[in-house]
Amino acid sequence: MVFVAALGKARDALAKSVITVSIDSKRFGASPVLGALAFSIAAGETVALVGPSGVGKTTLLRIIAGIDSDFEGQIVRPQTMAIVFQEPTLLPWRSVLANLTLIHKGLTHSEAVHMLDDVGLSGKEQLFPGQLSLGQQRRLSLARAFAGRPELLIMDEPFVSLDRETAETMLTLTENLIARHRPATLFVTHSSDEANRLANRTLVMKPLPTGAVLTPSDA
Amino acid sequence: MDSPRLTPFLSMASLIGLWIVAALLTDDAQILPTPWDLLPRFGAEMSSGELFEHLGATLLRVLWAFALAMTLGTGLGLIMGRSERINRWLDPWLVVFLNLPALVLIVLCYLWIGLTEAAAIIAVTLNKVPNVATVVREGGRALNTNLDALAQVYRLGWRTRLQHIILPQLAPFIAAAARSGVAVIWKIVLVVEFLGRSSGIGFQIHLYFQLFDVAMVLVYAFSFICVMLLAEWFLLQPWERRVTRWRKA
Repeated sequence: MVFVAALGKARDALAKSVITVSIDSKRFGASPVLGALAFSIAAGETVALVGPSGVGKTTLLRIIAGIDSDFEGQIVRPQTMAIVFQEPTLLPWRSVLANLTLIHKGLTHSEAVHMLDDVGLSGKEQLFPGQLSLGQQRRLSLARAFAGRPELLIMDEPFVSLDRETAETMLTLTENLIARHRPATLFVTHSSDEANRLANRTLVMKPLPTGAVLTPSDA
Repeated sequence: MDSPRLTPFLSMASLIGLWIVAALLTDDAQILPTPWDLLPRFGAEMSSGELFEHLGATLLRVLWAFALAMTLGTGLGLIMGRSERINRWLDPWLVVFLNLPALVLIVLCYLWIGLTEAAAIIAVTLNKVPNVATVVREGGRALNTNLDALAQVYRLGWRTRLQHIILPQLAPFIAAAARSGVAVIWKIVLVVEFLGRSSGIGFQIHLYFQLFDVAMVLVYAFSFICVMLLAEWFLLQPWERRVTRWRKA
């Protein structure tokens, strides 16, 4: 009976998972980058991915996002995903508003304006991204990510290269947006403060000669 | 004296001044007429309608060849810039076509296809495609990979990717290819007309060359230069300003 109950719980947890990752290996040529690693993230859960530089965090994120398909293993992804890169990665030749509406075709004008208002960019709809400060460009990048109501949000060191004050503001903004929209979130960080503030759980990547793995105690 | 608006006019005026001095020194209208010697001939060609007929024929060929060369060259350059494998295969072809003299391609097209309008346009297009592809290939190589990743994650359709992500990045390269393209294409069109058409500026220049009428050669040549300058000022430059306005904002 206990075994059946445990199995049922595991099945429920799997059913609630927004993304399930099961990677056997990832190589760049002859060099192994990722070893066997598996985890899942439930709806509304925020997971921090930490580890030393060059361990393969960004590679793992790219595989999860579907950008890199050259790996052995299986990923079960949701329908809607969003990504926030280290750099804002906007369309500099389109207006602030168009940066939302062109990416999310179903987004109405008023929804886009409301989203910009949420991240503190009201009144800047018609500007080009190059006319915004770096902090404002990051806000726009966040607005774009949340505008599509993603089931899975992926962020690759979203607060890197920002001054302390701006990073703090962005962290609070991200915290609020995650709390309101509740996507499953996976983000890479080197800051324990960011991990403690945003994450429910932390995955630690550890380099091995056969490719990076997640340390058992944290996975 | 170095105003951005005034300088082009002063530059043009000095070129005309140089022409006048050379014509006065030559003192033979049969060899080099002055600008005012051309005016009555120009007026006569305009009033008879012949100038517009031949200008129109050349312009149509230029437009066709330009559109085809830009479309094919941009597509080819983009594919070669994006795929190193395809580039390795096609690069030697590009080198061959870049070094093939325009005259050879024109003659071969006329021999293989015949003295037709299609042969003329194909010959001009084939001459220009490799140049456009070479310029756009550099743009293809410089495309931002993060924007590709963005398009992939947000599952953007190919039309959205092309219109809002790829073409805006290629715009400076396309503009450079277009501006040099127009200048080269109309010159090749004139050779094509000179060799095998019975209409157009090239045909008229051929005719007046046989009659040793330098004034009429200049009338037709300058008429088309004027048309191309107008296209440069009122079409190409405004388009370039429009697609690059975000850089200056």
